[in-house]
Amino acid sequence: MSAVPMPSSRNYLDDGFSLWSWLSSVDHKRIAILYAISITLFFFAGGAAATLIRMELVTPAGDLVSAETYNKLFTMHGVIMVWFFLIPSIPSTLGNFLVPLMIGARDLAFPRLNLASWYLYIAGGLFTIGALVAGGVDTGWTFYTPFSTMFSNTHVIAAVCGVFVVGFSTILTGLNFIVTIHRMRAPGMTWFRLPLFIWAMYATSIIFVLATPVLAMTLFLVAIERFAGVGIFDPALGGDPLLFQHLFWFYSHPAVYVMILPAMGVASEIITCYARKDIFAYRSMAYAVLAIAIIGFLVWGHHMFVSGQSIYAGMVFSILTFLVAIPSAIKVFNWTATLYKGSIRFDAPMLYLLGFVGLFTIGGMTGLFLASLALDVHLHDTYFVIAHFHYIMVGGSVMAFLGAVHFWWPKITGRMYSDRWARFAAIIVFVGFNLTFFPQFLLGYLGMPRRYHEYPPEFQVLNVLSSAGASVLAAGYLLPLFYLFWSLRYGARAGPNPWHATGLEWQTTSPPPVDNFAAIPVVTAPPYQYSAQEER
Amino acid sequence: MSVIVARQFDDAEQQRNASDLGMWVFLATEILFFGGLFAAYVATRLHDPQAFAMASRLTNITLGSINTGVLLTSSLTMALAVRATKLGSRRAATAFLSTTAVLGVAFLAIKFTEYALDYRGHLVPVLDFAHSGPHAGGIENFFYLYFLMTGLHSLHMIIGIVVVAVLVGMNRRGDFMPEYFTPVELGGLYWHLVDIVWIFLYPLLYLVSRA
Repeated sequence: MSAVPMPSSRNYLDDGFSLWSWLSSVDHKRIAILYAISITLFFFAGGAAATLIRMELVTPAGDLVSAETYNKLFTMHGVIMVWFFLIPSIPSTLGNFLVPLMIGARDLAFPRLNLASWYLYIAGGLFTIGALVAGGVDTGWTFYTPFSTMFSNTHVIAAVCGVFVVGFSTILTGLNFIVTIHRMRAPGMTWFRLPLFIWAMYATSIIFVLATPVLAMTLFLVAIERFAGVGIFDPALGGDPLLFQHLFWFYSHPAVYVMILPAMGVASEIITCYARKDIFAYRSMAYAVLAIAIIGFLVWGHHMFVSGQSIYAGMVFSILTFLVAIPSAIKVFNWTATLYKGSIRFDAPMLYLLGFVGLFTIGGMTGLFLASLALDVHLHDTYFVIAHFHYIMVGGSVMAFLGAVHFWWPKITGRMYSDRWARFAAIIVFVGFNLTFFPQFLLGYLGMPRRYHEYPPEFQVLNVLSSAGASVLAAGYLLPLFYLFWSLRYGARAGPNPWHATGLEWQTTSPPPVDNFAAIPVVTAPPYQYSAQEER
Repeated sequence: MSVIVARQFDDAEQQRNASDLGMWVFLATEILFFGGLFAAYVATRLHDPQAFAMASRLTNITLGSINTGVLLTSSLTMALAVRATKLGSRRAATAFLSTTAVLGVAFLAIKFTEYALDYRGHLVPVLDFAHSGPHAGGIENFFYLYFLMTGLHSLHMIIGIVVVAVLVGMNRRGDFMPEYFTPVELGGLYWHLVDIVWIFLYPLLYLVSRA
């Protein structure tokens, strides 16, 4: 047998300083950093589009940008935020960094494939930026046919190619996580000793692997049909434009769970740590994550209640959508039960995650409004839908992402940031978010449709509130850039475990050595043994 | 000679299990990738079943059936190649792998001949499609799907042939032994998947109403 090489004691940040040492690194921790930098750039690009949208909507008249430009702006905002920020956000950065550390492995199962996923992400990103620079796309992020295939005069093919390529990046990440979680767990790390973040990554990866290929094929069909002028979405040939919606939502609804499941994993880690309590009902949490992933595959038709889908199909999709609320509610109740009689500390990560639980609950409950067949007829394509999914994706996922960045920052960088500033930013984000999106529930209920650059004057007050909130939110998102970068140079050294958290990632040094652990740990107990820790 | 274990793995067994599972997960994504097309086929066929029945009769059943035989035989030789590497008989493995590649090339040659004949029969949408009557649109959509599905399958065949050719080279260099033949095994899994896709394509495209 070959000799096992001695683990390197150097930390991963000191393992080469040239740009090439980063761009050619197969270390999962370095690839996580590459992802973090790229998705942050895309986040602010997508945010810039949102800023222009909110500026336009301050006044009822379409006076800042033309209708065409407005269409391109919300398309750019959607495409970038969905595929280049939200979907890879937690999995590709924190998941990449933490999955091997949390299960006690030296790296992911396929490190080179991991690097290849990042290059695919960048290639997809360049395609998309190319499409935007060349003049933009006006189809909306959903690329609905027949507009995208026959009528749009914008760069649909290039944008679709970008999404196609970035899809393979997430497929490969999902494949890597599944194999790693199955095959690379440390001795004693049984399935029911896995941290819930790992369960969340596992469920997310299943969706990556099974849903994304369908999106790839669907977008391929759109590109071919647009290019060739012949195809199965063309009603003139007996084709069906609705088929596109079925195929698209078969991917894109599960993709919504790709955005929220990792956030749920983060919540379970952080809430237990700052409540100093064992997680309430661990197994039900693990099963709930899997149930959401599986039922999530069967609810795509709730996007099509008013598309002329059969009423019976609509009823089935409606019931299945209500079913997803059950495991989601189990999770919310269990987090709440975990807080019960805990010794809660309101540090910045905890503030973000408490915000997450509240906003996710509102987002989830309003999802049930939309799952009701009759009510959806009124609310479909209004700002109510916009507010609903922003509560899930921004109030839920982005809050959890920020909380996770703050929680694991000392582990990733070895430095402490200013918790006072971080708490301040968390509160700003929470206030700004609610001010931005709560008025949109009211606007939607009153009947303001989405995707128009002008609106009747009676909607102006609520729109001004929303735009004001967006400015507060933008400030909240910019703040962490300053104090986190500040901490890189001036922050105190973190030490291995500043939060006294359980979990294998806190047992190694900060930042972790190249091979993660001086010796592979042996696991003897379930995760989150905070009560035992407190009694000591 | 011993098995080289990558730094992230504990031992050769863990490495092999990881590679196997990785391949199976990859095959699952492939099935869903083709699945999008199969779903599109079902929906389009339900819209105009008669057009699909008529169009199917325009395909070249002789060449299609010969090709099915060629591909099934190549899967047999691939399975024998995996077994030969497992047993450590390098010469047999080279022979079986080479036969697999040759059969793959034969499949493509027959397939492209068929494409040429289809073109001469004015059956290629976009380039040259001439058909009239009430079901012309549905027939055009059938051939649109026919070229997409068999084209994507041919692309997978080309990748498979390159993979098998590389395996031949590695085998001749002596990379494989009874303790280590993961690349052959994974290449075999991929080859069989491409074969299985064809097993579904053949009846769906050639045999719609030939009974």
